[in-house]
Amino acid sequence: MSFYGVELKSRLLLGTSRYPSPAILAEAIKASAAEVVTVSLRRESGSDRAGQSFWSLVRALGVRVLPNTAGCHSVKEAVTTAHMARELFDTKWIKLEVIGESDTLQPDVFGLVEAARILSEDGFEVFPYTTEDLVVADRLVEAGCRVLMPWGAPIGSARGLNNVYGLKSLRAHFPGIPLVVDAGLGVPSHAAAAMELGYDAVLLNTAVAEAGDPVAMARAFALAVEAGRTAYLAQPLEPRDMAAPSTPVIGKAALGD
Amino acid sequence: MLAPWCERATTDAAVAVKGALALDWWAGHFPGTVRQGTLVVAQPRDAADLTRFAGRTDHFDWADADRIAALEPDLAGRFRRGLFFAGEGHLEPRRALAALVERLAEHGVPVRFGVDLLPEAAPGDLVVDCRGLAARDALPDLRGVRGEMVVVRCRDVALARPVRMLHPRIPLYIVPRGDGLFMIGATMIESEQRGPVSVRSAVELLNAAYALHPAFGEAEIIELGADLRPAFPDNLPQVRREGRVVHANGLFRHGFLLAPDLARQVADAISMETNDADFPERRRA
Repeated sequence: MSFYGVELKSRLLLGTSRYPSPAILAEAIKASAAEVVTVSLRRESGSDRAGQSFWSLVRALGVRVLPNTAGCHSVKEAVTTAHMARELFDTKWIKLEVIGESDTLQPDVFGLVEAARILSEDGFEVFPYTTEDLVVADRLVEAGCRVLMPWGAPIGSARGLNNVYGLKSLRAHFPGIPLVVDAGLGVPSHAAAAMELGYDAVLLNTAVAEAGDPVAMARAFALAVEAGRTAYLAQPLEPRDMAAPSTPVIGKAALGD
Repeated sequence: MLAPWCERATTDAAVAVKGALALDWWAGHFPGTVRQGTLVVAQPRDAADLTRFAGRTDHFDWADADRIAALEPDLAGRFRRGLFFAGEGHLEPRRALAALVERLAEHGVPVRFGVDLLPEAAPGDLVVDCRGLAARDALPDLRGVRGEMVVVRCRDVALARPVRMLHPRIPLYIVPRGDGLFMIGATMIESEQRGPVSVRSAVELLNAAYALHPAFGEAEIIELGADLRPAFPDNLPQVRREGRVVHANGLFRHGFLLAPDLARQVADAISMETNDADFPERRRA
């Protein structure tokens, strides 16, 4: 799997917020074998790089950092945050979030496309957090995005894949674009389900960070992602309406009078 | 707040064990310690969080609407379910500190404020360094975690105990301070910015109070406070010895809860030193 030319072995990406402590975060990352972690700049920043101590801890994990624009509600905010991220983390990668609705944190897809275009033209490699809407996805690709990150369900809701049909459809329409289910996953089986649909990877935070044992849960998600991917490659059966008995029924010995 | 069992929801088990001992310590040393428990509630939309909180903690009873009304009459009819941690307590930190200073003075211990002094320059055979984040020169793995709080005055609501309102982003609590004062805290942001409270944080904190009881909408804002909590990477406090300096630090957001245990660790470190000096053969052994 490759994002913007960077080859990765792990198909699990993790967020870094809400862990009980940075030490547990570090252990969870290790247990997950994730190679990419997202870091929020919006809250941890401030004009004087006030999040430096925490970012240093994240950098020390030795994984690739995907900075995000979490908490940005406008194109201008998101673009400014992306520039700050490029400078701080020395990376062209940016996970672009433009929030349209404060309660559900649903993406503002109009602002998202606009910000994606501005940032792509400016040399960024954009990972847009979007819905499963095909037309929006098309516009994002047109704007320069070479990775798409549709939601499974609203952030932190732990509901899993809300619209399997929409996600399947997106996969079918963009066979050549890496697709990452981002947000809304609650348990490892949700991650496995996303991978079984042929998604390239999953990104999650709360499900691991707020688990009773984040380290064990990180490992569980890693196993589920591997299982789901292996199952996808093994070409699983399609569901059917009627039973298909694996042994013939004709000719069976029948007991009667 | 002295809430060892509520804290278990998001922290190491050691915090609950050591924090539970702090309840008796504070009650024995500060008469203003109140042991009326903690009530935990959630908005209907966050009901799942209440179940999850219950799953992570112990020493509580489920409280139905009647029990909530009996505990906090002003919250009658506002919440159908909650958790009551009867053994927990709370105190007013500034009054508690002032009481400790008074107590030290009674024992003939001088306390000087506003002295600019590094531990290595301090006189004496032993120096206990409790400078918090200012000790980063000696403790490089210490970091600051920003916390913000609001104090409001509201005459129309009375609470007998701290109320935690489960919130998706903030470990949020409202603590009655008497005389109509309430402390609403506290954000937890991985930032070392010491500046004033942000509008976003203030809105989230005040919104929570308003959601707990609409009368808070008419409350007066008395204080908006922001500062940094000193924390090690595991968010647990430590005592470290370097020559004649004993560093006690990293209390994170559990200053009052874990201070008695940390002080005991410091005392142990010092008494061991004293004993070793008195009995040099023990050191050789």
